[in-house]
Amino acid sequence: MSKPHLLVHEKKDTVGVVVVEGLKAGTDMLGVVTHDNSDFRLTAKMDIPIGHKVALKAIKKGDTIWKYGQDIGKAIADIGQGEHLHVHNVKTKRW
Amino acid sequence: MSSIVANFDLVKGKLAKVKGRKIEAPEFKTPFVKRPTGRSLDSFMGWRRENGRVGVRNHVLLLPLDDLSNAACEAVANNIKGTLAIPHAYGRLQFGEDLEVHFRTLIGTGSNPNVAAVVVIGIEDGWTKRVVDGIARTGKPVVGFGIEGHGDIATIAKASYVAKEFVQWATELQRVKCGIEELWVSTKCGESDTTTGLSSCPTVGNMYDKWIPRGVYGVFGETSEITGAEHLCKARAATPEVGERWYKMWKAYQDDVIEAHKTDDLSDSQPTKGNIAGGLTTIEEKALGNLEKIGRECKFIDILEPAQAPARGPGLYYMDTSSAAAECVTLMAAGGYVVHTFPTGQGNVIGNPIVPVIKITGNPKTMRTMPEHIDVDVSGILRRDLTIPQAGDALIENIVRTANGRLTAAEALGHREFSMTKLYRSA
Repeated sequence: MSKPHLLVHEKKDTVGVVVVEGLKAGTDMLGVVTHDNSDFRLTAKMDIPIGHKVALKAIKKGDTIWKYGQDIGKAIADIGQGEHLHVHNVKTKRW
Repeated sequence: MSSIVANFDLVKGKLAKVKGRKIEAPEFKTPFVKRPTGRSLDSFMGWRRENGRVGVRNHVLLLPLDDLSNAACEAVANNIKGTLAIPHAYGRLQFGEDLEVHFRTLIGTGSNPNVAAVVVIGIEDGWTKRVVDGIARTGKPVVGFGIEGHGDIATIAKASYVAKEFVQWATELQRVKCGIEELWVSTKCGESDTTTGLSSCPTVGNMYDKWIPRGVYGVFGETSEITGAEHLCKARAATPEVGERWYKMWKAYQDDVIEAHKTDDLSDSQPTKGNIAGGLTTIEEKALGNLEKIGRECKFIDILEPAQAPARGPGLYYMDTSSAAAECVTLMAAGGYVVHTFPTGQGNVIGNPIVPVIKITGNPKTMRTMPEHIDVDVSGILRRDLTIPQAGDALIENIVRTANGRLTAAEALGHREFSMTKLYRSA
């Protein structure tokens, strides 16, 4: 398999992790779901650093974010598909 | 900066005919072990101690009871080569549970099988004797000195004579063949990012899934960093009773520590600034990655107080610890664990004075920018050219080599962070 740009833990997840350095907006990313090794393509809408997350689909403000097949917090702004998802638009539900 | 190297291949880390070859500093890389080399991974050469436990290091410790005795311990370490002083900040006017943790940590550290013999120095005789008596139960050589009434100089002189005897005795002790089931292996991750949950933490989990059924003792902890995955952690208890006790412990931490002391939300501490730079957004996300360290199969059989030794036989344990790296590793070492596995994303540099700390990273940027700190490179997982089970095998091989005597990166770099846990203000 060619080297992926993006790894996703579970099918249910709404985010993936960028695993290459220097990812540029407009890149046609190869994504792999580690749970079943299935792959997909997604266009990056922004420059995104390695280790940071990308929205796999359009997410509305207030939506739950899913990673590891689990709830990891909520969106505090609308997030477009292929956009950078981090502390500026997602917050914990704990504190 | 270039230099000439002979008879040693710095990239492969072994003797080789490379006479006169010029090398540049950036060529120093941690060699990545793709698969076990065929050497037996079922046994290692360790030191069997008087109580039957097996150590992988052979330290003669100079252990201060309190902050006031650090200077004397360091002076003895300067006098007698091959000894190790472990200064720390506390030990005066502590009381209650906080004092119990202090004694348990000191006695547990001295009792650890990686330690051959101990010289304890305290400001006065009473508490010094308590630490000496605790360590003496292991059957290993231990002696204590109180400074009051004698002064530093006379104490240092007397302690130096004893330390010299201990070192000469300990350096004659031989390693013997031991089965890997005699290893006690702890884990805690640090400077985590999204790559730890994808690669280095599941690598440790795979090692536990393979080794816990064979009789290895394991331990994980980091109570604050389970928040967000507490439902999953509770479900990994071996019995509902253990699960309930675990949940009660976790809830008490939330109520007594977080709720009682927070001044705002914890967004600046959990996740940490380093975690956020690495792409972790919320405590839930961090906790889910953290929990990957216990693999898919293992269940924890008991809950340990900070620095408490496990007493229910082989298996995986949970220890109620802080998530601060040095504090956590110090407590696990005091619980009797002899090797530590430490997944890192952004590049935590921690070591411990008595326990080898093995660093594992899957972050290719960390491998590129600070490879001298990493013992096991599993960045191939992110490229999909290394599987988790292969990475687990590479870690197992590194643990056995480390147990046999290979220094970890942290040991070679001189990292000896000994950090006592303090539960509340002193009297």
